[in-house]
Amino acid sequence: MNMLIAFTVGVLFATGVFCLLRRCLMRLIIGLVLLGQAANLLVFSAGGVKTGVPSLIPEGSMTPPPGAADPLPQALVLTAIVIGFGLTVFAITLIHRARATSGNDDVDAFNETDRL
Amino acid sequence: MSDALLLFLPLVVPAAAAVLGLVLRTCKGPQAIVGVLGSAGLLVVGLMLVARTDAVGVIATQSGLWPAPFGISLVADRLAAAMVAVAGLVALAGSIYAWRDLADDKLGPQFVPLMQFLMLGVQGSFLTGDLFNLYVWFEVMLVASFVLLTLGNQRQQLEGALKYVVLNILASSLFLIGAGLIYAKLGTLNMADVAVRLAHPEQTDLVRTSGVLLIAAFGLKAGLFPLFFWLPSSYHTPRPVVSAIFAGLLTKVGVYALMRTSTLTFAAKAPVLLELIYVIALLTMVCGVLGAAAHFDMRRILSFHIVSQIGYIILGLAMMTPIAIAGSIFYTLHHIVLKTNLFFLSGVVNHIRGTNDLARLGGLAKAFPGIATLFFISAFSLAGIPPLSGFWAKMAIVLAGMDLRAWGAVGIALGTGVLTLFSMTKIWAEVFWKSAPEDANTTDNRSGLWPMLIPCVAFVGITIGLGIWGGHVFAFAERAAEQLLNPREYIEAVLGPDAITGEVPGAGRVRP
Repeated sequence: MNMLIAFTVGVLFATGVFCLLRRCLMRLIIGLVLLGQAANLLVFSAGGVKTGVPSLIPEGSMTPPPGAADPLPQALVLTAIVIGFGLTVFAITLIHRARATSGNDDVDAFNETDRL
Repeated sequence: MSDALLLFLPLVVPAAAAVLGLVLRTCKGPQAIVGVLGSAGLLVVGLMLVARTDAVGVIATQSGLWPAPFGISLVADRLAAAMVAVAGLVALAGSIYAWRDLADDKLGPQFVPLMQFLMLGVQGSFLTGDLFNLYVWFEVMLVASFVLLTLGNQRQQLEGALKYVVLNILASSLFLIGAGLIYAKLGTLNMADVAVRLAHPEQTDLVRTSGVLLIAAFGLKAGLFPLFFWLPSSYHTPRPVVSAIFAGLLTKVGVYALMRTSTLTFAAKAPVLLELIYVIALLTMVCGVLGAAAHFDMRRILSFHIVSQIGYIILGLAMMTPIAIAGSIFYTLHHIVLKTNLFFLSGVVNHIRGTNDLARLGGLAKAFPGIATLFFISAFSLAGIPPLSGFWAKMAIVLAGMDLRAWGAVGIALGTGVLTLFSMTKIWAEVFWKSAPEDANTTDNRSGLWPMLIPCVAFVGITIGLGIWGGHVFAFAERAAEQLLNPREYIEAVLGPDAITGEVPGAGRVRP
């Protein structure tokens, strides 16, 4: 299972970077989303991937049962997903506006602010 | 006032002001007053925090009374307190400077709440003692800055924001991965706890990996080589007050995060990362100043200067000696005030003549000798001419380099200073000294200059004051550097007096 997650993270990163390096604005967004998901999955797996033992602390005990996955990374990932969602929505709106005002989908056309 | 309250107030004040600003979004005047009062409150709280930390050392509190490292710690040492206070100062100056823009409807009713949310994110980043919490504060700051950057909806703004947004989201992903790897390895994200656990020799794998990821993430936000390209292509596009606040504060948040994490966590265990920062710092200085020499627009030149000045600050950090760190801290404080002021002044020029293009400006020294003097003093302070504050800041870094016999770094630092002087005299000669070109617009807009000039005059006063009585501030910076280099006090404040059993990472550490 760990191996599978590791490969998934790797593939997400690779496709994310590939999309980011394309010249099309839409792919840029897809690349950002994929990279964000890769990061989330990586943090998620930081707590260990285990099955069968819910990480609930039994009554009278102070610690989760042995073999339970660490719930903290899951909480962190939830936060990161919500933040990522907000950022993605903003980025999509921004790209939509940029496309509408410039009438262009090519990243290389956006060079006005860098020109000497 | 209790320490806990003092640590929460820098977060509560901007949050309250932001909410109040949202409620008052239809009444222009009261909203602007809320902005000014909120920022002034922040400055007062910041100064109280400085006084408190300077008197008793590091103060910490745990949110929700969950004991550290389980709860989220809020910590203030001297550096954090000073940053909180200076950020409050910039916010206050920005709120006053924005008065005219708000009255003219050039900034919408969103400005005041967004700026307070921005300050909330900035203050949270300075005060948090938890890596993941730092990530969250960064995002609060980022989202507010995204919207501030696009206020006005000009084509150039959208284009600049596109680069800013994409690269900053990328940096956030890297930060998240770095933090995730640290948690996977050490099982904690509390920075003091990370420092303690790293003291065990078997815990050193992956430090370098996560360290590099954090350097990349913070470095992008600080505008380090080769990750700075978003900065000069976006900072000249928004309203002047927005770019002034960004120029003063946002990159310094990245610098602060870099200072905090490197002294607390990876510097002791992976000194190779310091070598990396050292090389990056030199390249940052050179690239930034060369970019500034090539450009011909006031705000674009100043944006590139942010990059090169960050190089000096980071160079001090990489050298890791007490005087170098003290120099970095002094440099950071001086640079926040000065760079905000230079952007304010470029906004004043823009207000008068309607452009920042050097070729279409001229003759301002004759028409506005007062503004010319303000710019002259600020520009020479940036270049490091004695007795202004920039001279002492640069001197501390250069002296630290001489102590380490790093002659290459000293040479590059001095050369960068000369080139800075060159491009500042370029602005001076083109905007103020030469007579205006014939086809240029010379009908000066003199209305409503005063609210814009009040913060400029105050900041120039601070720059001169820092130059003449800078000894007190430098002594404070030295005390702050001492705290950074000996994390024991920080760790004990967060985790309790018995937290450290073995060796403290980084105690008395000096780079050979």
